[in-house]
Amino acid sequence: MAEPLLSIKGLDSHYGDFQALYGVDMSLAEGEVLAIIGANGAGKTTLMRSISGLMSNGASQITYRSQHIGALRADEVAARGIALVPEGRQLFPSLSVEENLLIGGRMHRKGPWDLTAVFELFPILKERRAVPSTSLSGGQQQMVAIGRALMSNPDLILFDEISLGLAPIIIKSIYEALPGIVGTGMSAMIVEQDISKALSVSDRLYCLQEGRVALEGASNEVSREAISAAYFGVT
Amino acid sequence: MDWVNALVQGTLLGGLYALFAAGLSLIFGIMRLVNIAHGDLIVLASYLGLVVVTATGMHPLLALAVAVPAMAVLGYVLQHGILNQTLGDDLLPPLLVTFGLSVIIQNALLEGFTADPQKMNAGAIETASVSVGSLQLGVLPILTFATAVGVIAALQWMFYNTALGRAFRAVSDNQEIAQLMGLNRRHIFGLAMGLALGVTAIAGIFLGIRTSFDPSAGASRLIFGFEAVIIGGLGNLWGTLAGGVILGVSQTLGAKIDPGYQILAGHIAFLVVLAVRPQGLFPRVSG
Repeated sequence: MAEPLLSIKGLDSHYGDFQALYGVDMSLAEGEVLAIIGANGAGKTTLMRSISGLMSNGASQITYRSQHIGALRADEVAARGIALVPEGRQLFPSLSVEENLLIGGRMHRKGPWDLTAVFELFPILKERRAVPSTSLSGGQQQMVAIGRALMSNPDLILFDEISLGLAPIIIKSIYEALPGIVGTGMSAMIVEQDISKALSVSDRLYCLQEGRVALEGASNEVSREAISAAYFGVT
Repeated sequence: MDWVNALVQGTLLGGLYALFAAGLSLIFGIMRLVNIAHGDLIVLASYLGLVVVTATGMHPLLALAVAVPAMAVLGYVLQHGILNQTLGDDLLPPLLVTFGLSVIIQNALLEGFTADPQKMNAGAIETASVSVGSLQLGVLPILTFATAVGVIAALQWMFYNTALGRAFRAVSDNQEIAQLMGLNRRHIFGLAMGLALGVTAIAGIFLGIRTSFDPSAGASRLIFGFEAVIIGGLGNLWGTLAGGVILGVSQTLGAKIDPGYQILAGHIAFLVVLAVRPQGLFPRVSG
């Protein structure tokens, strides 16, 4: 079996004295799309922050392309080709739309994504390229956040709460754009509250429950009952 | 006409204060660091200029070519080696460390150069003047003001037209997310301090030409710098220039009333702005 792109073994994460993840094991193959589901407080965002280097972990707990990245800083993780679309968009308010995108591409990693490609994916951003990012609607800000991550031409893109707080029509357009993103061979992890949507775009899913993996399986095979049981912690 | 003269002279003096303040404004804007040692670093740059001028015999303004890069390197090393370790949610550690740095610089200068006042001799330019109408304007104050405008315009251009400027603004907005873009904030902070101390070197050389200085001269420069930054609005470089001018004009107008009121008038102007508009006259708009 081929070496996974990303491998997580026994990942524990803490906020001070509070432990948010307990021995999480997870793997992601090259080109695979994983859905990460779970109730609020299950540890999904902590998992994203841990992988992207925003939370320090034991050096050997996270392996990417056979290299331990658990103890690296976020900028070092980003340089290795992992991009995070953070929860709540978190654009740079003093930068214009175009500048937000350009700063995503500052590492000059080779790949298909540049300003032109992002503007083709989200044409509205081309029209609004010069305006401050904070003047955009929530949905347009999410497009910038996704575009900003794509500009680094990552091999693995992490979407944290990809549709949270967005209008249904915006969610629809973002999900329509997703195949064009992951279709380029990029691997992805998608944290999503909407389980149906998560299943529709993913190859496999992991369900977190109180910081532990409660369920994993192929998205087209796992039963709704099993997901409900894992999601709500009922047996 | 005397009042117009005081107004113009104060404006030109404001250029020097803006140079004192630009470095403070820059590093506060980017990393929210309040550098208590800033005035002493200005004086350190003056001494560095003095050493270069004494050793080589070159004109003090040419000594900028040595002092600016030397101070910029010092800034990067200082930030990377010491100040980065103090940055976090708590504002107290950087305040204490830069206060300690201030004491160290003062005492080192005292040890190396004694408490005797020093001055750099720039020759004829110090006394040269030009007539504008019935006003006589000193060439050195005009040059100082023009330099301040040039420095602030260059910094402003860099901030809004270069990748480094984008990186500075991104780190200033959100350090954590900026790291996701591959920006090492410690390196970016080092570059910011290097840039700030490069500007500080310019301020130090002009200070050393304009007036005498001694190892304890930093405190008042720090206060003038702070006042200019706060009058203008935190994090806004053109505001800092405006703050410097307001401070300079207040001082010269105060001195016009009574020479003893010069410094007091500047402080009163600062307090009035602080009371009426605590965010400063031109605060940076973000978010």
